[in-house]
Amino acid sequence: MNIPYVVEEREDTGLINSKLGIWIFLASEVMLFGGLFSAYIFLRMAALPGDFERWASELSVPMATVNTVVLISSSVSMVMAWASLKMKDFSKYKMYLGITIFCSFVFLTIKYFEYSGKFAHDIYPSSNTFMAIYFTLTGLHVLHIIGGLVVMLYFYFPISHKMWDKQPEQFTNRIEVFGLYWHFVDLVWIFLFPVLYLL
Amino acid sequence: MYSNSNNHDHHEENFIQKYIFSVDHKVIGIQYGITSLLFLLFGFSLMAIMRWQLAYPGTEIPIVGFIFGEGGVLASEQYNSLGAMHGTIMIFLGIVPLAVGAFGNYLVPLQIGAVDMAFPKLNAASYWTYFVGGVIMISSFFMPEGAARSGWTSYPPLSVFENGQTIWLISMIFLITSSLLGSMNIIVTIVQLRVPGLTWMRLPLFTWAQFVTSFLLVLAFPPLEAAAVLQLMDRVAGTSFFLPSGLVMSGEIVDIAGGGSPLLWQHLFWFLAHPEVYVLILPALGIVGEILANNTRKPIWGFKSIVYSMVFLGFCSFIVWAHHMFLTGMGQAMSAFFQTTTMIISIPSVVILTSYFLSLWGGSIRFNTPMLFALAFLPMFGIGGLTGLPLGLAASDIYLHDTYYVIGHFHYVVAPGTIFALFAGIYYWFPKITGKRMSETLGKLHFWPSLIFMNGIFMPMFIQGLAGVSRRLADGGVSYAHASGVLQWNEFMSISAFCLGLSQIPFIVNIFMSLFTGEKSDRNPWKSTTIEWDAPSPPLAHVNFDSKITVHRTAYEYSVPGAKEDFIPQTES
Ligand SMILES: [Cu+2]
Repeated sequence: MNIPYVVEEREDTGLINSKLGIWIFLASEVMLFGGLFSAYIFLRMAALPGDFERWASELSVPMATVNTVVLISSSVSMVMAWASLKMKDFSKYKMYLGITIFCSFVFLTIKYFEYSGKFAHDIYPSSNTFMAIYFTLTGLHVLHIIGGLVVMLYFYFPISHKMWDKQPEQFTNRIEVFGLYWHFVDLVWIFLFPVLYLL
Repeated sequence: MYSNSNNHDHHEENFIQKYIFSVDHKVIGIQYGITSLLFLLFGFSLMAIMRWQLAYPGTEIPIVGFIFGEGGVLASEQYNSLGAMHGTIMIFLGIVPLAVGAFGNYLVPLQIGAVDMAFPKLNAASYWTYFVGGVIMISSFFMPEGAARSGWTSYPPLSVFENGQTIWLISMIFLITSSLLGSMNIIVTIVQLRVPGLTWMRLPLFTWAQFVTSFLLVLAFPPLEAAAVLQLMDRVAGTSFFLPSGLVMSGEIVDIAGGGSPLLWQHLFWFLAHPEVYVLILPALGIVGEILANNTRKPIWGFKSIVYSMVFLGFCSFIVWAHHMFLTGMGQAMSAFFQTTTMIISIPSVVILTSYFLSLWGGSIRFNTPMLFALAFLPMFGIGGLTGLPLGLAASDIYLHDTYYVIGHFHYVVAPGTIFALFAGIYYWFPKITGKRMSETLGKLHFWPSLIFMNGIFMPMFIQGLAGVSRRLADGGVSYAHASGVLQWNEFMSISAFCLGLSQIPFIVNIFMSLFTGEKSDRNPWKSTTIEWDAPSPPLAHVNFDSKITVHRTAYEYSVPGAKEDFIPQTES
């Protein structure tokens, strides 16, 4: 069984299968987070005036700012990893992917301290609808980071490198497609940061 | 163009690789088909138990009564569980997996001349996620809390406190993930793997229907996933997304933060569940289109209008959801908007149905079993659709909301509608899938009683509903004076339901008998035009076709003047 357009693009659509697939997947992710964002708006409209602002002031803006920088850097290094593969430079690819992995660990660590700081002050998802939506949205985002991390570790360690030796183009495509996912996760955070911490 | 494959070398597959963890779209399609048919049967049995209770309240349920404890009588909570699970199983475990998982998986690659789906492993993952979700859902019957009992709609605040809901939510997350993976795959397959010459307007109606359906699944299901996550948080983490401040239960204020809104759930839920209606009906319309063209021996009338209507239906189905919420007090402006969009969305449905009726005009119709089911689909779906209009108008909905009228309406769409279309599809493509023909006699023995008893069940629901009998009453409404004039119909409906169950016996016998002793079928037993009939019956493992496929014409070139036969396959130059 040979499935066409795994590596080269179909002429009339200009796409490979996996790239179209990931865009459709991301469309569904937009709807998932879109549903949660609209829940946020709905709850905020229903809340007592000033309630959301008061609870939002409990969150740590510096920590979130650092995390924003960390995630944006990881997006840049992800692009660099893909670009290195395009230039057939595998060792550079490993370096940049390593940086991306490191960044996502940093993000998770900071997030861990943020969460545990809240729990230490007896602030839980059950405290208030703002905290409920805060923990749900960021928790789901963290799950996306962890999912991405698992995939990156797979691409980092040698089990996946056989493919680079045999089918370098397909391996490059995989990194590109994964990169699209990673940028999306980054983008979600770019929305979460102002909505939850600043507004 | 077929070079650079990523796929494994040709080695002998053992039984497990070939039939259990297969990545072949045909095997996965059959797995989906068998699993979902079993779920349909199970969901039907739950309903049969409920119908006994409605016809003969307080009497012992025959055969299975011992399950329900002392005396074999159904308690109200058990009735609620059966109701919630009947709806959930029929929709999420039965019809959608059968229409999209089984038919979509098996036929889409064949109809576009592809060797498989675009992502075969993802396809297998989608089936197994569905399977696990189904097992979790069924397992809830055996959990200490029992199965969910808040209806398939799971409205809070009740659902946040009722037993069994947590398992329901977890299972739904699996099912949503499964249909997401499956529909992504179908979209990519249709866009990318069409054979040369198969332009968009040459795609058969079935494939078009699957295409639009898949978009609905990809875009409408995630908000329900979001809602399921929120409800799970309400149950597990003690949040109050759907719980208002000052909620009182059993005379006491519940100890919660509050500040949430039950309406939020309804918005998120119906944002999925209205498009879901079209997920249920579009594949059926696609199947019926194929069978009508084939058995009238004529091109489908208004092919392009049908395609545009399907796409328009898809778009519009995202902006009508709140017509399920006219009674919630969401406001006049909202009601006015959603009743307007609801009236607009009925137009494309009417266009499609009218085109199908007009396709019959002047045809020399072959009345075989698939055609009988397809023909019966048209008026049945028509009744279902037209009785929906009074529900889509805010004023009349205030009276009809939550009565048996609603139940009758959507069952006409789904049961003698979609399920008849799916039966038609099974009879029509069975020779392709197995290489054997099904018995026509048994087929007719299946069709006629099914048609009669379907109407026997659902037609009286309109009468009861118009008299104001509410749905979801464990005693069927005996405690309400206004119901007393119409409750005698309950026995008639229940007997019809039991007979409908018995009418499925010829179908089951037919499947097994044809499988073992059926007449052998050639490639194209119905003399059809679409590409799947160019493959051997059954199609070859992993490659489907034994020749190179190129498409030269539109999908339904029947009775072309001057042609030597009354059909010209799409692949003929
Ligand atoms: Cu609706």
